[in-house]
Parts: sequence; C-alpha cells; structure tokens
Amino acid sequence: MTDAYIYDAVRSPRGKGRKDGALHEVTAARLSAQMLNALKARNGLEGHAVEDVIWGNVTQVGEQGGCLARTAVLASDLDEAIPGLSINRFCASGLEAVNLAANQVRGGGGHGYIAGGVEMMGRVPMGSDGAAIAVDPSIAMETYFVPQGISADIIATEYGFSRDDADAFAVASQKRAKTAWEEHRFDKSIVTVTDQNGLPILDHDEYMRPGTDMQTLGALNPAFQAMGEVMPGFDAVALMKYPHLEKIHHIHHAGNSSGIVDGAAALLIGDKEFGEANGLAARARIKASAKIGTDPTIMLTGPVPVTEKILAETGMEIGDIDLFEVNEAFSSVVLRFMQAFDVDHAKLNVNGGAIAMGHPLGATGAMILGTLLDEMERADKETGLATLCVASGMGAATVLERV
Amino acid sequence: MADFTMDKGADGVAIITWDVKEKSMNVLSLEGWDALDALIDEALGDEAVKGVVITSGKPDSFAGGMDLNVIAKMKEAAGDEPAKGLFDGLMRCHGILRKIERAGMDPKTLKGGKPIATALPGTALGIGLEIPLATHRIFAADNPKAKIGLPEIMVGIFPGMGGTTRVVRKLGAIAAAPILLEGKLNDPKKAKAAGLIDEVVEDPLAAAKAWVLGAKDADLVKPWDAKGYKMPGGAPYHPAGFMNFVGASAMVNGKTKGVYPAAKALLSAVYEGALVPFDIALKIEARWFTSILMNPSSEAMIRSIFINKEALEKGANRPDVPDQKVTKVGVLGAGMMGAGIALVSAQAGIEVVLLDQSKEAAEKGKAYTASYAEKGVKRGKSTPEKAHAMLDRITATDDVADLKGCDLIVEAVFEDIGVKAEITKTVEAVVGPDCIFATNTSTLPITELAKASARPEHFIGIHFFSPVEKMLLVEIIKGEETGDRAVAKSLDFVRQIRKTPIVVNDARFFYANRCIIPYINEGIRMVKEGVAPALVENAAKLVGMPLGPLQLTDETSIDLGVKIAKATKAALGEAYDDASDPVLFWMAEEGRLGRKANAGFYAYDEKGNRQGLWDGLAAQFPPSPEQPSLVEVQHRLLFAQVLEAVRAFEDGVLTDIREGDVGAILGWGFAPWSGGPFSWLDMLGAPYAADRCDALAATFGARFACPNLLREMAGKGATFYGRYGGGAAAEAA
Repeated sequence: MTDAYIYDAVRSPRGKGRKDGALHEVTAARLSAQMLNALKARNGLEGHAVEDVIWGNVTQVGEQGGCLARTAVLASDLDEAIPGLSINRFCASGLEAVNLAANQVRGGGGHGYIAGGVEMMGRVPMGSDGAAIAVDPSIAMETYFVPQGISADIIATEYGFSRDDADAFAVASQKRAKTAWEEHRFDKSIVTVTDQNGLPILDHDEYMRPGTDMQTLGALNPAFQAMGEVMPGFDAVALMKYPHLEKIHHIHHAGNSSGIVDGAAALLIGDKEFGEANGLAARARIKASAKIGTDPTIMLTGPVPVTEKILAETGMEIGDIDLFEVNEAFSSVVLRFMQAFDVDHAKLNVNGGAIAMGHPLGATGAMILGTLLDEMERADKETGLATLCVASGMGAATVLERV
Repeated sequence: MADFTMDKGADGVAIITWDVKEKSMNVLSLEGWDALDALIDEALGDEAVKGVVITSGKPDSFAGGMDLNVIAKMKEAAGDEPAKGLFDGLMRCHGILRKIERAGMDPKTLKGGKPIATALPGTALGIGLEIPLATHRIFAADNPKAKIGLPEIMVGIFPGMGGTTRVVRKLGAIAAAPILLEGKLNDPKKAKAAGLIDEVVEDPLAAAKAWVLGAKDADLVKPWDAKGYKMPGGAPYHPAGFMNFVGASAMVNGKTKGVYPAAKALLSAVYEGALVPFDIALKIEARWFTSILMNPSSEAMIRSIFINKEALEKGANRPDVPDQKVTKVGVLGAGMMGAGIALVSAQAGIEVVLLDQSKEAAEKGKAYTASYAEKGVKRGKSTPEKAHAMLDRITATDDVADLKGCDLIVEAVFEDIGVKAEITKTVEAVVGPDCIFATNTSTLPITELAKASARPEHFIGIHFFSPVEKMLLVEIIKGEETGDRAVAKSLDFVRQIRKTPIVVNDARFFYANRCIIPYINEGIRMVKEGVAPALVENAAKLVGMPLGPLQLTDETSIDLGVKIAKATKAALGEAYDDASDPVLFWMAEEGRLGRKANAGFYAYDEKGNRQGLWDGLAAQFPPSPEQPSLVEVQHRLLFAQVLEAVRAFEDGVLTDIREGDVGAILGWGFAPWSGGPFSWLDMLGAPYAADRCDALAATFGARFACPNLLREMAGKGATFYGRYGGGAAAEAA
C-alpha cells in the first residue's frame, strides 16, 4: 500500500466567535480560501496540483452551506479543475478530512490532497443547522439525548473528576498556550488573516486569558446545572442511561470548556510521487487513522476506544507514542483520556489546547494535527497521536510518524 | 335508536343531536361514526341546508369521549392484519372529520363551504372535543362544572382523532403541551382563555345557530388551510421552536422514565406533523396512534385502570344480596388510620362515631377532618357550608354506648390480638345483631381475630392503605367464616367512599403486603450483595415503580420492617429467608428509622426534605466494582412481586386476576404501564417468564422458583387473561 505524508500545515489565528471577534467580519469562504492560497503559495502548487479539497465544517447552513469546499476552491487561487468536498463529523471534521485524504492516497485514489476545515462560530451559530438526534422525539428519547455539556459532566461524575481537577487542567492549558506563543512555537503554521488589500486582520489567537488561575475560575458558576437539574431536566435523562449514578455533578463552565471561536486550517497531503513532482519534502507519515461510534449519551468518551482501536490496528502500545494532542472540548474529556491510558500530562497538549485558544469545530482536527506535527519537529519526537471526541458519540484519531 | 339525529330547521340550519340513549353521557361507538358520517353527507348535499350545528341531547354534557370498551377491542376487531385495519379505520375517521372541516368548500378558492358549529352544553372530553375541533366554531355553555379537554394520555393513549394535530396547529407546541401531554382539563371559561374553544355563552345552541346563519366564507377557513400558515411559537427547526422540542423530549423522557409509549408517540406525532402539510400530519398522527393501539402496554393499561377497575367498583365480585349501603359507621381508634377512615366516611355523607379511649384522643382524630376540610375551602374545592356539614357528621366520643345504631364498625386500634379481641367483644355487646364488624388490620389473620366475635359470619377485614384519604384501594379480607352479607356490606361501603375494592381470602399479609414485602426485601438484599444503592433505586423507577425499595422503606419506617421481619421469622421458623435482615437490623441499630427519624437509607435535612442516599450505607456495604445490568436488577425487583401475586392466585388468596392487577396498581403503584403483575406476565409470555424464573432461581435462589401454574401455562402457551380474564379463580379453571 502507498504511504501518505503530510507536506505542509497551516492554520489561521483563532478569533473570538462573537460580534466583537476579530474574524467576525470575514466570510467562511474567504477565510477558507486564504488557507488554500497559503498552501498554494508556500508549496508552489500549480494547476491541477491536487485531486480534491476535503473540507471539514459542522454547521453547513447559510454561508457555510452549499458545499463550502467547492465554494472555497473557487474563491481561492486554486485551479477550477480541483473540486471540493464538504464533510461533517462534528468536532473531528478537520481530522476526518485529513484521514479521508490520506486513505484516498493510500488506496491509490490520487496523489495529492488538501484537507482541513473551517468554522465561523460567531457568524454561523452552532446548532443552527438543526439536528434530528436532538429534536426528533422518537430519536432523542431512544438515544437518551443530552447536550454535550451534560455529557461532559456525566464523564466527570462517572470517572470521578472534581471541579478542582477540571479547573487545574484549564489553568495549565492557558499557561501552556501563553508559553507557546511567547516562544513562537506556532510560527511555522500561523497564517495572518488579511483583507482584500493585504491589510492584516488577525495574527494571534485572541481568545486566550493567560492570567487565568484557580481563583478566577472558582468564581464561575457551573454552566449546565440549570438545564440538567431544573429546565428541562437533562440529568433525569442522563440517569436513565447511567442508573448506577445517583446524581450528575456539574463541574464544567466557560473557563474549563473549549472556547467558541472562528478559525480555519489546512494540510497538504500526498504520496511520495506527489512530493517528488512538486519538489517537496515530506514532514511526517500518516501512519494510521481510525474512527469509532460510542454511547451517544455520555457522547464524548470516544478518544479512549478510538485510541485503543488505532493502537491495536498498528500493533503499537500507548508507550510508543511520544506526544499527544487530545482536543480540549471539555476538561473531563482529556482527564478521562489521561486516566484511561495513564498518560503523563507532560506529553499531552504541551502547547495548550482548545480551552485556552478555542475550538472552531470544523477546523480543530486539522489544527491540532498541525500543532502536533510542529511540536514533534520542535521537540524532535518520532510519533504523535491526535484524537478528538465527537458529538452524537463518536471518536477519531490519527497517528503521525516523522520521516 | 341512532346515536345521532338531524333536524333540518326552516331557517336552513340543520341541528345534529348526539344522544346515546342508554348512557348518561355520550360516548362514541363505531356505529356512531357511521351515523355522523351519513348525516354530514346528507347536510352537505342538501341545498336547503345552509349550515349545521352539532350538539348533544344531554342537558349538561356533550360527550365523554370514545367508548373505552371499543378502544380496548379495536385491535382484536381489526382483523388478521390489525395494524392495517386500525390505520385504515383511523384514516376513515380523519376523513369524516376533515369533511366537516372543509364542509364542501372548493379546496383552491376555499369558498362555498357550509358553516358547521358545535354547541357544547357542558363536558366535552376526548373525541367529544376532537369532533368540535374539526368544526368551524365552538360555543360552550357557561357551565363551570363542565370539563373540556383531551385526557387520553391518562389512559395510556393520546388524542388520535385529529386532536393532537389540530391543537398543536391552533395553539403551538408550548401552549398545547399541558392539554396534550398532561391531559389538563379546563372549565369552559379557561378553555376559551386557552384558545381551545371560541365562545362561552348562556345558550350555546342559539348562539351557534346565529353564527352559522351569519358566517362568511373566510370564517370557515382554518388557519392551517389558509395561505402562509405558520405554527404559533415556531415549528421544530425554527430557532424559537428548536429548544422547545429538544426540551420536550427530555422532559417527557425524564417524567415517564421511558416506560409510557403514548407520550413518546404523541410527541413524535407533534414533531413530524409540524414539518408537513395538515393532511399529511393527520396521516402521521394515525400511524403513531396505530402504533399505540398495537402496543400491549396501552391495551393492558386501559383494561386494568379503566375497564376492570370500573367493573370491580360496580361490584363484579359482590355476592348477590340486597343493598347494604352504610348509614352510620363506628370507627374504633382515632389514630392516623381511624381519623382517615372517619374523614372519608363523613365526606361520603355517612354518619360517623369516632371512638377512642379518651374524649381528647377522639377529638384529635376528628380535628384531622377539620383541617382537611379547611384546606379544601381554602383551595376552593369545597364551601364552608359543606365543610361544616362534613364535620358535623362526626361524633367524637369515648363512650362505647354512642356506637348504638351503627350498621358497620371499622376497628382501627393497636395491632395486637388481645387488644382487638377485647374491643370486639365490648362493641358487639352494644351494637345490634345485624351490624357488620370490620377490622382494619394489615398484619393479623382475620380468622384468628374473628374468634373473639360472637358473630364470625359478620366479621370481616377491611384493609385501608395510608393515607386513607389519598389511597385509592381498599382490600377486603374474608375470614373462614365470613358471610356474604359482610362482603356485600364492605363492598357497598367502599363504593360509598369512592374507592376501589378487591376481595381476597385470609392469608399472611393478604395480597398487597404479601407482594410488596418481597420487593422491599429484594432491594435491601441487593445492597448487601454490593449492588449500588442508586442502581437499585433507579432501576425500580425506570421500570415504573413510584418509589425505589429503599425510599419505600424509609417512608414506611425501618422499625416496621424489623417488626415484620421478626414476626415472619417467628411464624416461618426454618423456612425464613433472613438475607435482608443484616442491613435492616443494622440500620435500626444506627437509629436510622426512616423519614420519621429524618434518617434512613436516605439523608434528610432538618426540614425533612430528602437529600440523597446516605453515604454511610455505601461505607458499610460497599458497592462492588462490577455492577449487574439494569435489566437484571429490574427483573429481580419485578419478579419478586409478580411471583408472589401468582402464588397468591394459586393459593386461592386472590380469586380474580383482575383484582390482582387493579389492586397492584392502585395499592402499591405497581408499574402502571404494565397493567399489573398478571398483565405483565402475559406481555412477557408464560414461556419466557418461566425461563426467566429458572434463570433467576439458579442464580439468586429458590424464591424465584417458577410457580406450578406459570410452568403449566408456559407448556400450553396460555395467557392469564386468555384463561382467567373473565374473573375465574385459579382452581375453577
């Protein structure tokens, strides 16, 4: 089987996903196009250089609807012969785009791909695309649907994480992100977002709160307690699925959960021939990819079984992985991952994560894979694993190996 | 005579009158549909008819709904392909109602229809409101006693004759929720305020006629048939509607614990219907309604909670002796039970003599009724006059002579054979020879107590549940020598106080307690085994039990549990199973006696509010790392009860499975969705149930051994209702 490699990775800075966020004025297509243009320019891609652009995006309505991937290609400097494929695996969409591209390459379906994703959460609100799993009673009731925040609190209750555990993890994420920026660890990937005149719009992750400590977080109220315990009472539904629990402990809040932001990321994927044809050096081999479905109620435990699956399929052990990126959707998700595999925090999310910098749903998977690759090179590590929890009970993972 | 008749007036208004002669309130039968359909056709086809008013021949009601006996048999009557038969039948009904709604108008121009109004003299429930909802305007008499609404959900079904679709489209999902999901009934004024009906007037028939004569084309067009209709409050994927629908599923799921299929189906019909045009929404409603009529739970609920409950109340098992209505009851003992019995008797208009050892104690018992009556007045449920009259019916006394003239005695003194024997003798000496003497014992054998009586044929057990004024069931226990008149007297008394009776034979714990004690023991036993207490409690609730076994123990008190355990051990000797004693006795030693002590399996705050499971329990009996499956815990909790019910039936303690089912639901809240222990076993099927018994017995012990009757039925593929549904006793079949 052909091997698939990463030749380049870029990402936008993350803007606050609000009306006063720096990227709020930028359209989803334009931000996507800038990532595509950056890859084209950095790697000298000409003409029909890649087979397809696979683009992760969750809320595919309005400006993000109508196959945004193709729209982005047409809005970019890429050749119109390159099509575009929008995909949605919720929070892992960006990673899934890379995995799909890699597997196309491995299976002989073309030599080069661009894969990544975008989410303008301030412009196209989460949930505005509807979701039968939440709204259709015959499905919601059968699957014991609860919103993600409740799921994150179920994880905390089930696996015994306290509010302090979650807050301490969040403080570390902020500290690490601050250090990473101070030490220019993201420089290799960051593409400053500019306007049509070339004027800069955003050149750094603006969501971060580097001064965060236990005390500031301690002042925040649990975000999901009211919807869990009072109206409409999701805890009762959660306990139907987890009847051995007496009650759900609500420990998550805005400060120990991922931030709502705008952002995009893209990677250039190809086989050996692709590198040779374009005069590019491969940075890492995509050793394996995996995806899995899990219980939709606790929803966010996917990183554990999907990692077990990818390790089994590659014949690796957890100790073989030098660096981890586990998306910080909620503190408990990552705490559970570290608990399940007994992974040292020193090897995981070493440059912070979505709690500090934000989680642009459709882009995050591609972003953390790029971050992982940059860090593997910086710290001179051989193998890395990126994984994300996914709404509706799924998980996705990718293992990288330096070449 | 036909249920519907039409009178065409000279003014061009045809009055269709609904009047089911043999009933005090109209109910709709399948023939009724045909009659209504034919009259609507005739009215629409007759050029002389300008419009129609549908009303009732009953002075203060329109209709009580669909005949539940018809609904109960609809599946059976629907032929070899019941789902198809039901769906086709429902679609035909929708067709009739839609014909009324469109009233001959051109579907494109929406012109040329004949106005059809409804005049409600009073109560309009279920189909009795669904028909009016299809007409163009609803007029109701200003009758504050009338109830208007769609209570179907209470019966385990949902409004399936267009009521769901029309009310949601009329009011929006949020406003429709209490009407559809809770079955909330309103008086006419509130029904108008809720938007359910259009006008409340003095003479609804005259008002409806006047409206029909003046109605314009546009007045006949329902909002959902007009261009540009939008659902009030937003359809499911409208930003405003979105969270409502997400929340509704969670609320219904949490409230029904997933065991009541009707609520789920209703919500689905609402959701799916909201996304499509009206006529398709009706079709969707019919599909979900069909699924509910096909669901064994709905069938079992209707059978037990309505049809058989009513049959028992009307005296299905009453001996054939003349009317034994009670005029004066003597209540012995003015404690909690006695006070409650006095209250419900006085409420029913029966004269009460409430006797206790001191006048003061008797007055204290009477004060219970006073405070109850006062609350009723405060809440507007009673008037000061009524409350006064009720209280006046109770004579509180310490003088046995005051019992003279009583035709029924209900003894509710301390649970002690000696004490009871003494008072029996004392009282029998005062009351007349025809007086029936009933004892409200929950633990002592009636035959034994009857030995103190000079007239054992007049001696009987009437077992009330606590609190008397709230609990719906009364268990009547026949001692060996109890005569028919004593049974009839007890049944007539229970009917007077508007409760539901079951009649059982005398055996340890009678019927209800016999089944509930194993439930409690099984729960406690699991705690000892290392099953997480939360799992025990949640498993019970998720299978439809109102209280988990631990909470139930807290409510009834740990010391009562200890007392029962000790008494049972003394009675059974070697055969006694002491598996739950270590937990129970330890709790008692710790002083955790239950809610009354503000400490039990649960922790309570100083106000007595339950906080959560007491953490000392898990410390003493730590949950094992491996927990059993939910279904296993649920089967242990349910089989512990239903096998006892089967044994009671086998032993002849219970002589009618209908009583077994109705008694279980009303007496201790046994999973109402199941229709009761025997209905549940029928739902499982005897072969599967017998297999489960074998598996449970092999793992957990002989208490789950399959009763012979169930084993025999499994071999023959028999069902309880197929064999005993008519009320036959086990030995008779």
